[in-house]
Order: sequence, then structure tokens, then C-alpha cells
Amino acid sequence: MKYLSEYRDSSLALKMADRIRGISKKPARFMEICGTHTVAIFKNGIRKVLPQHIELVSGPGCPVCVTANRDIDKAIKIARIPDVIVTTFGDMIRVPGSESSLKHEKSLGADVRMVYSTMDALEVARQNPDKKVVFLGIGFETTAPTIAAAVVAAEAEGIQNFLVLSSHKLLPPAMDALLSGGELDVSGFICPGHVSTVIGTAPYEVVVSQYKTPCVVVGFEPLDILQGIYMLASQIEAGEAKVEIQYTRSVSPEGNQNAMNTMFRVFEPCDAPWRGLGVIPKSGLALREAYRAFDADALFDVDVPDSSEPPGCKCGEVLRGVSTPIDCKLFRKLCTQDNPVGPCMVSSEGTCAAYYRYHV
Amino acid sequence: MCVAAPMKVIEIDGDNIRAELGGVTKDARLDVIDQRPELGDYVIIHAGFALHRIDPEEAKITLGLWKEMGVIDEVPE
Ligand code: SF4
Repeated sequence: MKYLSEYRDSSLALKMADRIRGISKKPARFMEICGTHTVAIFKNGIRKVLPQHIELVSGPGCPVCVTANRDIDKAIKIARIPDVIVTTFGDMIRVPGSESSLKHEKSLGADVRMVYSTMDALEVARQNPDKKVVFLGIGFETTAPTIAAAVVAAEAEGIQNFLVLSSHKLLPPAMDALLSGGELDVSGFICPGHVSTVIGTAPYEVVVSQYKTPCVVVGFEPLDILQGIYMLASQIEAGEAKVEIQYTRSVSPEGNQNAMNTMFRVFEPCDAPWRGLGVIPKSGLALREAYRAFDADALFDVDVPDSSEPPGCKCGEVLRGVSTPIDCKLFRKLCTQDNPVGPCMVSSEGTCAAYYRYHV
Repeated sequence: MCVAAPMKVIEIDGDNIRAELGGVTKDARLDVIDQRPELGDYVIIHAGFALHRIDPEEAKITLGLWKEMGVIDEVPE
């Protein structure tokens, strides 16, 4: 991309870090919501170039990590039904549920397939007309429109054996839940660049007016992140709380209306369980009545018993930003990237995996 | 899985595009994009769909802000 080298230039990054040091005096704690930010921050050594009084904390923005065990248990149960093919995104297959994982079920003979896109899942449905092809849909507002587009395409083409098990989540209600819980102590949010490309900035206005917490929508290159932190620090110094966009080449205040319309044509908000955060009102997406024919939940109606979390795993607290992986007794000992105990270590965007790979 | 990346559009066929960055090519659909791209445009691709056409002017405006901050000496053309 034109200018990409500038956004990655390490000498410019050091200058930007200098500017942060120049303006920032007050202690601050910023939460990056998005897992892709967590990885980018570690990979580029951003924490190391910040002044000591600016702390970064990871939030609940890894879709694999926040998927509740109950939803994984449900997918596992559906995978055990004869003539069902379960498809989903890569990391999800390895995440342990209460007593098994999709990967384990696959080794026992279930037909579980990893796909890159829902269009690939739709192709599996086309090629296996005598099977039910269930897509375990996870992800936030970036991903949900793509799942919705596949449902619309399936409807248009008359594909009847494609189903979605929707575990999609909306991020702004989670931010609200974190702040209203009173447990979280952050002075600003590094808001997710690609979720915001879809939703725009209106949802953050609510956060700003209700909790007086600054929100800056930030891109994913090193200079994007540092400039975003500069903007947050400037607001803190000025005693302000407002919504700003650093990532203007991708994000507009109104977002992507086409993607939003597609998403809300197929889905409607519903209460949803999050790992570590419990049930958050209107934070999930369920298929609308008109699309019930594509709803795996409605067709299979599987009942799962109460789920259990891996003993000792602190993923819930890590996702709420109240613990770091270092606080977990299993980290690097029983829980490693080769033998992950919880989803925050399984997922490539998980906070535990980022600490494992990059934190010394 | 949530990773989305900017890539350059090198083929357009109806609602399907092919895009490239650093020798990697990917196919993607245009169903949910905000603004249809033209050949040579950069788009953000996520899970097989193009989500957004990147505005190169905005990338340049941001560099202008860095210049004001003294981070960069000149905004390249
Ligand atoms: S280190 Fe492992 S066990 Fe501990 S919180 Fe992270 S994923 Fe869970």
C-alpha cells in the first residue's frame, strides 16, 4: 500500500513515542479491546517504548476466547449427530469445551472442517446435499456481516442444508458491561479498527457520555497504535473525554452501512453469554424469524448440561482486564502453546498466547 | 481469525475479486463492501469478504498530522 512503509518505520515510531513522552504526565491505563491490537502491540514492542506511567491492558476482543463453553459444548453435541458436517474458523476447533473439543471429536470420527470463509462452508453444503452443514459462527461486527451475506446467498440459491450456529458478539455492549461492573479501572479505550470500520463511531459516543472514558479508534500498524496512544494521552492531559478516529483511512463516523444492513437483515440482537463476563443483554446475534430455516439452534434443539471451566484457568479475569496471564499459576507451566489449557492460549489473538510468545 | 488486512485489487469479476499483497493473493467477495473498488485500489479483506475501500488521501492526511507533530520531515508524494 502507498505509505505503508511510513506506518511501519521504526525511526518514526521512536519519534512518535518521544512525542507521547513530551505531552503525557498523568498516569494512564488504556485498554485495547481487540485481539489483533494485542498481538500487534506485543509484536512491535509498543509497551517497551511507552513511558512507565502509561500502562496497556488487554480486553475482551478475541472472538475465540469469549465464546462461552456452553456454545462450544453445543457445537460438539451437534458434531456428534449423524450426517452433520460442522465447519468453523481455525482456532475454534482446538478450544476445549467442558469435556471435549471439536478437534477431539474429529479424531473420534466426526466430520469437522476448518474453513477460511463462510463461502467455503457454503461450497461444502453444495457438494454434500445429503448432509446438514453447520457453520459455527463466531466473531464480532467485522465477521457477522460476512456470515449474514452467506445466509443471504444460500437463500438466493435455494441451498437448504446450510445452517448457522450463531455465537456472534457485539463489542459495545461488552464495553458497557465492563465499565458498569465497576471492577475495571481504565482511563481510555483503544477501540478496534476493523469492528469500527463496520459500526462507525456512534456506539462509542454512549461510552464517552455515560462513563467519561476517552475512546480512540486505532489502526493496526505500529505508527497507528502509537499515534492512537498519543491522542488518548492528549485527552487525559486536557481532562477531556471524546471519540476520535486515528484510523481515518478505514473508519468513518457512519461506518459501513451496507455491511450493517446485511448483518441486521439476517440477525437481531439477543442476550448472550460471554466467557468471563456472564450474560450481557443484547450483546449477541440470533437469526431473525425470517431466516429460521438456517438456524442450527432451532433445527437441532440440543440441550447441554451446565458447562465447566478448566480448573485454575483465569481466562475470565484476563478477558475482563483484571488479571494478566502472569497472574495465572498455570501460565508457562501447565499451560503452553503446545498444550493450551484455556482459549486465551489456544487462539492466535488470545492474550495468553501473546504473552507466551512475546513477553519476556 | 479476526485478522483483516489491506490488499490491492488485481482482478474484478462481478462480485468476486482477487487481491494481492507481498506476493500473497486472496479471493474475496464484494457483498458487504461500502464502496465498489476499481482495479489497483486497496481494500480491507476479512474472512473472504472485502469490507472497505481504503482512502489513500486519508492515509496522506494522517502523515500531514505527523509532520505537524514533528515526527516526519516531509509527507512523501
Ligand atoms: S495461561 Fe492458560 S490457564 Fe492461565 S488463564 Fe491463560 S489460558 Fe487459562
